[in-house]
Amino acid sequence: MNLRTPTGGAVDRNTVLHFTFNGTEYTGHPGDTLASALLAHGVHEIGSSVKLGRPRGIVAAGSEDPTSLVQVEAPFSEPMLLATTVELYDGLVARGLAGQGRLSAEPDPARYDAKHEHCDVLVVGAGPAGLVAALTAARAGARVVLVDEQNQAGGALLGVDEYLDDRPSAEWVADVVAELRSTPGVLVLERTTAFGMYQDGFVLALQKRTDHLGFAAPASAARQRVWRIRTRQTVLATGAHERPVVFADNDRPGIMLASSARTFLHRYGVLPGSRAVVFTTNDSAYCAAIDLAESGVDVALVVDARPEAPARLATECAARGIEVRAGQVVTGTDGPGRITAAHVGDERIACDALLVSGGWNPVVSLFSQARGKLRYDAELGAFVPGEELSSVRVAGSATGELDLTACARQGRDAGAGAARAAGFTAGGQVPLPASDSRCTARSGLVLWRVPGSDDTSFVDLQRDSTVADVLRATGAGLRSLEHIKRYTTIGTAHDQGKTSGMIAAGIVAEALGVELAEQRPTTFRPPYTSVSFAALAGRDRGELHDPVRVTSIHPWHVEHGALFEDVGQWKRPWYYPRPGEDLHTAVLRECKATREGVGMMDGSTLGKIDVQGRDAGAFLDMLYTNMMSTLKVGRIRYGVMCGVDGMVIDDGTVIRVGEQRYLVTTTTGNAAKVLDWMEEWLQTEWPHLDVHCTSVTEHWATIPLVGPRSRDVLAAVAPDLDVSNEAFEFMTWRDTEVAGVPARVCRISFSGELAYEINVTAWHGITVWEALMAAGERYGITPYGTETMHVLRAEKGYPIIGQETDATVTPQDLGMSWAVSKKKRDFIGKRSFARAENNRTDRKQLVGLLPADPSVLLPEGSQIVETDRLPEPPVRMLGHVTSSYPSAALGRTFALALVRSGHERIGETLYVPVDDSLVPVTVTESVLYDKEGARRDG
Amino acid sequence: MQLIPCPWCGPREEAEFHYGGQAHVAYPEDPSALTDEEWARYVFFRENPSGPFAERWSHNAGCRRWFNAVRDTRTHDLLAVYRVGEPMPEVTA
Repeated sequence: MNLRTPTGGAVDRNTVLHFTFNGTEYTGHPGDTLASALLAHGVHEIGSSVKLGRPRGIVAAGSEDPTSLVQVEAPFSEPMLLATTVELYDGLVARGLAGQGRLSAEPDPARYDAKHEHCDVLVVGAGPAGLVAALTAARAGARVVLVDEQNQAGGALLGVDEYLDDRPSAEWVADVVAELRSTPGVLVLERTTAFGMYQDGFVLALQKRTDHLGFAAPASAARQRVWRIRTRQTVLATGAHERPVVFADNDRPGIMLASSARTFLHRYGVLPGSRAVVFTTNDSAYCAAIDLAESGVDVALVVDARPEAPARLATECAARGIEVRAGQVVTGTDGPGRITAAHVGDERIACDALLVSGGWNPVVSLFSQARGKLRYDAELGAFVPGEELSSVRVAGSATGELDLTACARQGRDAGAGAARAAGFTAGGQVPLPASDSRCTARSGLVLWRVPGSDDTSFVDLQRDSTVADVLRATGAGLRSLEHIKRYTTIGTAHDQGKTSGMIAAGIVAEALGVELAEQRPTTFRPPYTSVSFAALAGRDRGELHDPVRVTSIHPWHVEHGALFEDVGQWKRPWYYPRPGEDLHTAVLRECKATREGVGMMDGSTLGKIDVQGRDAGAFLDMLYTNMMSTLKVGRIRYGVMCGVDGMVIDDGTVIRVGEQRYLVTTTTGNAAKVLDWMEEWLQTEWPHLDVHCTSVTEHWATIPLVGPRSRDVLAAVAPDLDVSNEAFEFMTWRDTEVAGVPARVCRISFSGELAYEINVTAWHGITVWEALMAAGERYGITPYGTETMHVLRAEKGYPIIGQETDATVTPQDLGMSWAVSKKKRDFIGKRSFARAENNRTDRKQLVGLLPADPSVLLPEGSQIVETDRLPEPPVRMLGHVTSSYPSAALGRTFALALVRSGHERIGETLYVPVDDSLVPVTVTESVLYDKEGARRDG
Repeated sequence: MQLIPCPWCGPREEAEFHYGGQAHVAYPEDPSALTDEEWARYVFFRENPSGPFAERWSHNAGCRRWFNAVRDTRTHDLLAVYRVGEPMPEVTA
């Protein structure tokens, strides 16, 4: 069947495009959408409905269409696109959907990006009002951005064959666009949908840049772009959508909005069928009837719900042999799938297209997103902008005005007002176009539905929601449109109720016997049309999703087969498996080598903050629970930091570098937070203190050298350093040369073993690392990663902040009362330690757990209970396992845990549910290895 | 994306800022002199007005300075910004 008109429309009939739909090959032309190309072949049925499986067709010609959902299969699979907005290209393969699509399992090879744009006046919509607004603002000298979702400017003019000022409207549009494009500072974006409007003139718009090129899309160009527009003033010229009338069996393919049928005719040269019935509540559908009749469609009947048909239009219809019946409605339809007849009165009128108009809904989505209040316009039967906003103006049919010249005048006023508000006054007056249109859309009858079978009267065709569903909701006592929307799901599909929302509100008001003016419309939310996650992600995916931080020694770890663990943005060596080793065997080997010989790790990610100033000591005394001002130059102290609530937030070492200078270390993940914490106190509470903080994390490469042979290794590479225990005591530091590089060596230990932490400039990190490896070779020096570090510290009961703690744990809970000063008058957290809550004896406290079976590894996060049988719920939970490892040094598994009254429970047996059994565990002190600290000095 | 007028840098996008809660809640001069309840009020209790609210903000992805702002909690409009140490300005919501 060929329903393409011989002439007319903006399609290139000289070029034939081939495409495949539902397995059948078809042809179309450049300028077609998938929908118009299918209609040209008489194909109305696209897919089926999501719940009931009823056939679904094409209702509208644009993005408001509720039903024509397709999955594009080639060139790249993409679900839930509308046939009415997919521009046709050669080789397109698509398939209709049963309400739901399928995400591709393949990675999307296309590029997506984002661009920032700043302007004085943003105009959304390039119909008559938007074009005049943009031109007026541009002539005033404002930087203007004009966005429009179509592939060409014109808006509603694209769907009519009207004349403006005695010439085809396309010529008027082309002149305006040409002037805009040639004006410096003006940006015109087609295929660009403003989908979200936010505070302070921030608007997001999606531009489809290469979708329409299909296979010919260049791989180097971003397929879609999110424009992040910041504008001083906005003009919303977003137009209006025609809405249908609901009646029984109103969902058959072939039932289409009247203006959309007109658009298919004039824009694409396609007829909706060969015999049509028109059902309307207003004048505008008469133009569709007349235009289609003139194009060869047998228009059987115009059914006008109003008591009287408009005399002039009825005469025009009569002149073309179109019967008009006023005061009647369509009560139902027939058809196996596509419509074959419309029920009017007692008659069944045979037809293959039923064109419906129930009036017009202004597109107020962005206005509502900008928090503009809406008002019900009873004459129009729709919500319209109900207030003026300081930086957002609405013009054209988005206000409810449907006369073209009046719309253009609103555009001119809005464009001039926006430019003036942005500080621009000059500019020539833009003349207003006059239209020769015979049909005005105002003067309609507001009719939501024709009484009939509620179960087949569809309100939301995509959600399969019917009048019966709405009445069930109101019958259940729901009154608010927001609640009814959620109960019925009306307006929650891809189209967000563009054609159904207003009708649902009307039917609800009728059912409740209330005025629509008293009903609050549902809130419009972004996005206006569907936006893919790929577009929102833009270039922030894969390795660009988040910065990756690596240490200066990283290449060595890669070269030596390390597996990596993500710690914040850092890549840290996790462990270094040898052939055949898994995590457990590798870690047992690394632990054993370190405790018995010497091991080494890359600790460069440790946070480091240089704290300087006359008051640095006093400042650190307030931040740490213990005293830092008394620390002597050359010495190191471990410190705990708490919040004002007394809960531990970080720990680390503090090195006194000079009288007015400290180097503070933080946990890897907390480096930025601790610096922020310091700045907050310095700037907001103690601005009188002379203290300056600088992050120096990345300035230093830090290498802990750990184990009984670490002294021998260090001695070999630091000839100037007396490494004896007497000359270089625990918790002191020395500046020396290591492998010929200036280094700061700290005697600190996070494993209980004799250990040195060697710090050199990051530039020399890898040189020193390799020198240490070479010097340690004769002792079997073993590089180890974070997993071994965790095991070694856990064997010593050293907590990791954020693993053992969760912002509800005090230093006392961790058994670290020794690190809490009794001498200081005050420090952050001190007062909270005296609160009754902090002194409860049943607080959760850090302990060790030894499973009775030494081979059982408790899963981290496991709950701990008191009895060997689970009582009836609720079961009292005593705490949870925070760390759990097999230990080479202990020859068994062990765990750390936070347990209620844990310190009092040492020696008790508790139980840990693992899978289906309760594992008995003995509670121990948190220090499980070398309790007396004999290994510290080597 | 709201614009927040940093008193040092001018209007910048809110993503550059970090929220710091109610302003003008001074760290007590001598916490040990406070009752548990008084201390708990300092640590845990904050105002939650409907309308103008003085609060702390940090331009932590910009100049890294803390400052104060009066925000209308009903509209998110920032009615005034001022530097740390300055008194809260008069505002009309």
